[in-house]
Amino acid sequence: MAAIEATGLVKTFKSRKNSVKALDGIDLEVPEGSVLGLLGPNGAGKTTAVRVLTTLMAPDAGSARVLGHDVVKEADTVRGLVGLSGQYAAVDELLTGRENLWMFGRLYRLNSSQAKQRADELLETFDLTDAADRILKTYSGGMRRRLDLAGSLIAHPKVLFLDEPTTGLDPRSRLDLWQIIRDRVSEGVTILLTTQYLEEADELADSIVVVDHGSVIARGTADELKAKVGGERIEIVVHDPSETARALELLTAALEVTDPDATTLDQHNKRITLPAPGGSTALVAAIRTLDGAGIRIADVGLRRPTLDDVFLSLTGHAAEEVES
Amino acid sequence: MSTTGTPAKVSPFSRAVSDAGVLAWRSLKRIPRTPDMLIYATIQPIMFVLLFAYVFGNAIPIPGFPGARAYREFLMSGIFAQTMAFAVASASVGLADDMSKGLIDRFRSLPMARSGVIAGRVVGDVVFNAFVMLVMVICGFIVGWRWHNGIGQALAAFAILLLFAFAMLWVGALIGLSVGGPEVAASAGLIWLFPLTFLSNAFVPTPNLPGALQPVAEWNPISSIVAACRHLFGNPSPFASPDGFPAQHPVWLSLIWCAVIIAIFAPLAVNKYRRATSR
Repeated sequence: MAAIEATGLVKTFKSRKNSVKALDGIDLEVPEGSVLGLLGPNGAGKTTAVRVLTTLMAPDAGSARVLGHDVVKEADTVRGLVGLSGQYAAVDELLTGRENLWMFGRLYRLNSSQAKQRADELLETFDLTDAADRILKTYSGGMRRRLDLAGSLIAHPKVLFLDEPTTGLDPRSRLDLWQIIRDRVSEGVTILLTTQYLEEADELADSIVVVDHGSVIARGTADELKAKVGGERIEIVVHDPSETARALELLTAALEVTDPDATTLDQHNKRITLPAPGGSTALVAAIRTLDGAGIRIADVGLRRPTLDDVFLSLTGHAAEEVES
Repeated sequence: MSTTGTPAKVSPFSRAVSDAGVLAWRSLKRIPRTPDMLIYATIQPIMFVLLFAYVFGNAIPIPGFPGARAYREFLMSGIFAQTMAFAVASASVGLADDMSKGLIDRFRSLPMARSGVIAGRVVGDVVFNAFVMLVMVICGFIVGWRWHNGIGQALAAFAILLLFAFAMLWVGALIGLSVGGPEVAASAGLIWLFPLTFLSNAFVPTPNLPGALQPVAEWNPISSIVAACRHLFGNPSPFASPDGFPAQHPVWLSLIWCAVIIAIFAPLAVNKYRRATSR
């Protein structure tokens, strides 16, 4: 059975001037115990999808079930089974870490001493015991995010929704949080994770759904998606900007690239990229060609495609580009 | 890893009470940690008492009650009711703040009673207002205000004041969940209260008002609270129409007003909460 199932979700936001389709018929299926990465730029509909799946918002059309329970008709049951940790650390900054967790525990229907015990366990697990009795105002961003995540784990949820869990965190805190998420996965928790960071989806997700403008534009594993944009690529930065066009022309011929769309030329950064089906053989050929033509190379390398390339080739814009 | 038990099955009503209790606990925990709010909330009514007692006191005669001290006796119930009405702002700002910080989303994702967050806020604020009232009572005693009908009736008056605060807090909750952010909530929560409190018997005896405004001022819900308190405290309570219902049944009218406000605004606020989403 799929832990999360959504079919044809539609949600439109209307304001006086215009209406925006935040979700335009999204289908999702997350098998139990797996991690789904929901990937897309700002405004793609990721957060709206999470809101619908966590019962915060009813869809205009379509339906969704979490662990077999309808998110609209059995909203209360669903709330008791899932954990949600949001993009903006939703914790009370005037309470201490311990008080926050106790409060959430009580609201998850634990009695006072159960809530206290659960708070202690989570503080320990999340390495917050030393800071437990400090007001959250004194916490760092990473600590707050950990506490927020701890709050969503109080009721031992089988399904966890993480809405951009590491947005705005420093690299160290991000790595810590990734480890925490991996630990939950090893306990068998099903996770739906939204992110703008392709690297994050690559690291954590078993499968990835790419959304843009409220629709799914691609789905598959990270490797499958990368295969869609082709294999390895050569990236060359030439020394003299006036030579970029000539360099591209020579390399296209030398590497027998038939599809001109598969190459890129960035005049400003003097950067050229081309597909390199032969890997290092192609790289050597490229260097020889340019050297023979007397074009000076500033930098050269062989690059495996990243999810950024996937996103760029699917949508025509970069993932972190903010949409108006 | 965990030895925590499974959540207990409870009736929806005891769940609502328990959730409101937890949220009220949260509100009260926050108060001493925001000392500026505590200071302003108590200084403001003290300032009102002193300003009105000594600046307007000699300029506003109380019909039928000669002497400068009569105004202070008259004034205190007005200040009490005004302060309770202004509780609207604490609920609207508090909820708007929770909304903008994403806490409302968090609470809505929990298996809690739908009324819990607002009810907790309201109850916490009522307790807080009881404290503010205590400060005002002491201040009133210093400027010469007394109650004359015994402690029992005085306590009844304080109960009506807190009931009024309770009612007005639901209005504040609705405002707080409807506006964009805490800054807007502060002014949206307060702006309409100025005409409401000044077009009442709180500071100026209604017989001194222009004729057309007299019935408005006497039926005003704030006036009904003020009149009920003056009646129970045994303080001067002049009316332009001494035979009208507001003059004859001040306590009943105050209770009716509180019931009407709660009956209208509590469901509206809870309904708003159910559909509230930040951003």
